[in-house]
Amino acid sequence: MSVLELRSISKVYGRGAAEVQALRDVSLTVQAGEMVAVMGPSGSGKSSLLTIAGTLEDPTSGAVLINGKDTLRMTNGAKSQLRRRTIGYVFQDFNLLPGLTAAENVSLPLELDGTSMRKAHLAAIKALEGLDLADRANRFPDQLSGGERQRVAIARAVVGERKLLLADEPSGALDTTNGEAVMRLIHNYCKRGTAAIVVTHDAQLASWADRVIFLRDGRLTDQTMPPAGPESLLEQEQSS
Amino acid sequence: MSVRHALLALLSDGPKYGLQLREEFEANTGQVWPLNVGQVYTTLQRLERDGLVIALGDQTAEPGPQKAYRITDAGLAELTQWLLVPPDLSTPPRDDLVMKVLIAVRVPNTDVSAVIQAHRRYLVQLMQEWTRLKEDDNGVDVAFSLVVDAELFRLDSVVRWLDAAEARLRRALAEGWNPAQAIFATRASNGLPTRPKTPKIGVRR
Repeated sequence: MSVLELRSISKVYGRGAAEVQALRDVSLTVQAGEMVAVMGPSGSGKSSLLTIAGTLEDPTSGAVLINGKDTLRMTNGAKSQLRRRTIGYVFQDFNLLPGLTAAENVSLPLELDGTSMRKAHLAAIKALEGLDLADRANRFPDQLSGGERQRVAIARAVVGERKLLLADEPSGALDTTNGEAVMRLIHNYCKRGTAAIVVTHDAQLASWADRVIFLRDGRLTDQTMPPAGPESLLEQEQSS
Repeated sequence: MSVRHALLALLSDGPKYGLQLREEFEANTGQVWPLNVGQVYTTLQRLERDGLVIALGDQTAEPGPQKAYRITDAGLAELTQWLLVPPDLSTPPRDDLVMKVLIAVRVPNTDVSAVIQAHRRYLVQLMQEWTRLKEDDNGVDVAFSLVVDAELFRLDSVVRWLDAAEARLRRALAEGWNPAQAIFATRASNGLPTRPKTPKIGVRR
């Protein structure tokens, strides 16, 4: 089942001489349980694709369907509700609120959506436990390491059973080990049915995805084939 | 890869038989590089000839399952030296991929970006497969994880080179560079260096 469907998306910023065509006729479908990485050089349209997929801005033309529903036909209120309940965002610089503890940061989106404080807190603790962060629940962001902060941000993005996770360079501020741990976590969530798009310029991080798509000058130019299965590598070694 | 030094390393914690050495070699390299036992015995014979190992028991018997080997002091010194001395990487290898991109630039009507992307896609797919192996293993086999990491970093460096090459070519073409008019061999003929000076290789004591 497709969670996200982008149909012939184009995005133009500015007008006249200042016009920039950020996306050109991009179509992309992401299934439940699928992790898609988006690679491309700076200015290729990666971030625009992510903000449009997350309904943070509208395309100039084309359609965005989430769980089969056309988001461009939704009211602003319905879109906000969709963002709170269905979509989780992870940013390179974590975007945690410094005055809130880890648990409060994670429970915030649920509370904003009307969940009682107690239920939201329990859900936040459960999400933090799932990321081995239960003992950090009462710490403030500045009392956490970079890797821990990003894990808290992932907990916030997935709390409440979101269907679509959107991550913009989620490992960009982390070292190799922590970056790998973040990608492993995102992939684990996808195995449980979440769909994810991860924007990265790093091939090692992109290689955690089930599918890698390549953007150039706002166009989706290429993508990797479905996996042959990891055993094929060892078979090649043994037969040579 | 130096099988010779890998065998010395495995013998550094005590005498071993050939079959045992093969098993330990494969276990310590994540079983990514299979080694046949004939290669083990041939290498042991050479190490013995060079005085780096000695055979225990019957000195006249052919190498085989009954014969164990012990590392000598000279073997330990050779192993220590080898571990600390970097391999000479100052001469760029004649890399097929680099050659293909350099040649693509010169072939008329060739979409160099498409050539670069074909290689990039292949490399990323290969990296996906290695990453799946790493994900499935989940760090249980440390030697295997080290080998997979080495492979991922190597492939990643090639992808980065392709990204940089594409950006450099785009910029050069936008600035009016014409590959057909490129003058070759100017650096060497003008007495300019074409490779870096080799840093002094040695063991700092």
